[in-house]
Amino acid sequence: MKPIALIIRRELSAYLRSPLGWVVAAVVLLMDGLLFNSFALGSDTARKSSEILRQFFYFSSGTTMAASLFLSMRLIAEERQNGTLTLLFTSPIRDYQIVIGKFLSALIFLAALTLLTGYMPALILVHGKITRGQIMAGYLGLLLLGSTSLSIGMLASALTKSQLVAIISGAAMLVGMIICWLLGSITDRPLSELFTWLSIWNKHFQPFMGGLINTQDVVYYVTMTYAFLFATTRVIESRRWSS
Amino acid sequence: MIEVENLTKYYGGKRAISDLTFQIEKGEIVGFLGLNGAGKSTTLRILACLILPSSGRVRVDGLDTAHSSFEIRKRLGFLPDKPPLYGEMTAYDYLRFVAELKGVPAKDVNRRVSEALSVCNLQSVQGQLIETLSHGYQQRVGLAQAVVHKPSLLILDEPTGGLDPVQIVEMRELIKRLGGEHTVLLSSHILSEISQTCDRLLVIHEGRLAADGTEESISQGAGGGAAVIELELAAAGAEAATGERARAAIGKVAGVLASRVVSAEGGRVHLEVEATDDRRAEVAKAVIDAGLGLIGLQKKALELESIFQRLVNPSQGGSKSRAA
Repeated sequence: MKPIALIIRRELSAYLRSPLGWVVAAVVLLMDGLLFNSFALGSDTARKSSEILRQFFYFSSGTTMAASLFLSMRLIAEERQNGTLTLLFTSPIRDYQIVIGKFLSALIFLAALTLLTGYMPALILVHGKITRGQIMAGYLGLLLLGSTSLSIGMLASALTKSQLVAIISGAAMLVGMIICWLLGSITDRPLSELFTWLSIWNKHFQPFMGGLINTQDVVYYVTMTYAFLFATTRVIESRRWSS
Repeated sequence: MIEVENLTKYYGGKRAISDLTFQIEKGEIVGFLGLNGAGKSTTLRILACLILPSSGRVRVDGLDTAHSSFEIRKRLGFLPDKPPLYGEMTAYDYLRFVAELKGVPAKDVNRRVSEALSVCNLQSVQGQLIETLSHGYQQRVGLAQAVVHKPSLLILDEPTGGLDPVQIVEMRELIKRLGGEHTVLLSSHILSEISQTCDRLLVIHEGRLAADGTEESISQGAGGGAAVIELELAAAGAEAATGERARAAIGKVAGVLASRVVSAEGGRVHLEVEATDDRRAEVAKAVIDAGLGLIGLQKKALELESIFQRLVNPSQGGSKSRAA
């Protein structure tokens, strides 16, 4: 456990000491605020409060996915580029501990950042009629969606030493998983079922927006996160043979 | 301490090192010498458990690097050719991080970090961000990183690369001081730099072990047992005539094989004398007895390039070395 805690501490301080962490946080908060202002508050037609909250989680899911990619792109590619990965590789720390430590540090940063958007649901709660359950469910969904996106970005980051290539390939993978939904609607069974199940947003995130926590959605995100982190560990291990 | 058997590494279809076999005892300072691309770094990276060999075996303290790399990494300090530094950390924070990462007990961390800082003369910059330090200081932080946990095995890949002459001397002194408590492996492509620091040299050429021994034994082995002496004389009258007189006098010395005039101009005559072994005293006496003005006399150091040429092409007057 100790090596993991050590990695988490170093990575978190790296986010806070480099511009990247602050820029991502500022842009996400700004975007969420602007979107909330124009979509949720700006409309003239009367709507239910729960519908406004639903919309808040709708656009927050987009900024969360984007933030996840930006936060994860540096995790391994940067160390590979700077040669600091050799320090970790020649130290008594296991590859999976490196991966988990880095993933958790990004997740903690993302979670803290997401919690800062809490003033918007709080405004709705004060002025309208919504349940706390819907807020909780929405944030749980954001956290799960974010953790899967982070693990996808991390796999992309492990595959290259260029952060630019990492974020482009990470975005490609993530978008691919989003449009699985479309593939699911134009293919026949059993392929359509597989594509629908893989669909990271439409199938599994939408229930959370309305305050619905399905076990199968939670299982989906946890499984996917695990799978991508496992793949990342394997990619790192394989580099010992080749380079 | 280290046993290497038939080590071979391929990068794709290209063979980086082939069939290396050698042993290193505890406490030795061993220098890996070779031209760029000879396979020094690859060998050191395998010993540092960073990459795995294509075939062959490496054992450190009896542990196999392929199976027990985790155990070995606890006793290992490694400075790659590019120091693994986090630029956004201060030197002090960075060394604390490395100490904890290497498993130094929490109560010892502060003491070890300040020891490493003082060994590498870094106290004055310990609070600065690493990215703001000069290259020489960064290299020293890299070295401090490798020694902070007092590893039994210290591997330094080109520790003096990119340093200025003053820093090179400092680094050399530093490495010598470390030799007492660690087994040190370092690499270089400059013979003079490495021969003063190391007890023993391993010369690697095109992925093979070309020679193994002290500087003395390697240059002798490469030179076929001959010693080359350089002479500088003051010309008395015509330079050419002085040269001939000197050659005649030196030719009578026992053990001298050949002599030739390298240059004769500007009142100075330079000669090279080849002898079976070190005959400097006899040669000097012969020259002075002949009434010539002796200005300089020294044993010629073999350049790395010429050692390589002789090791690789034994026909050019070199005997075959042990491993070639």
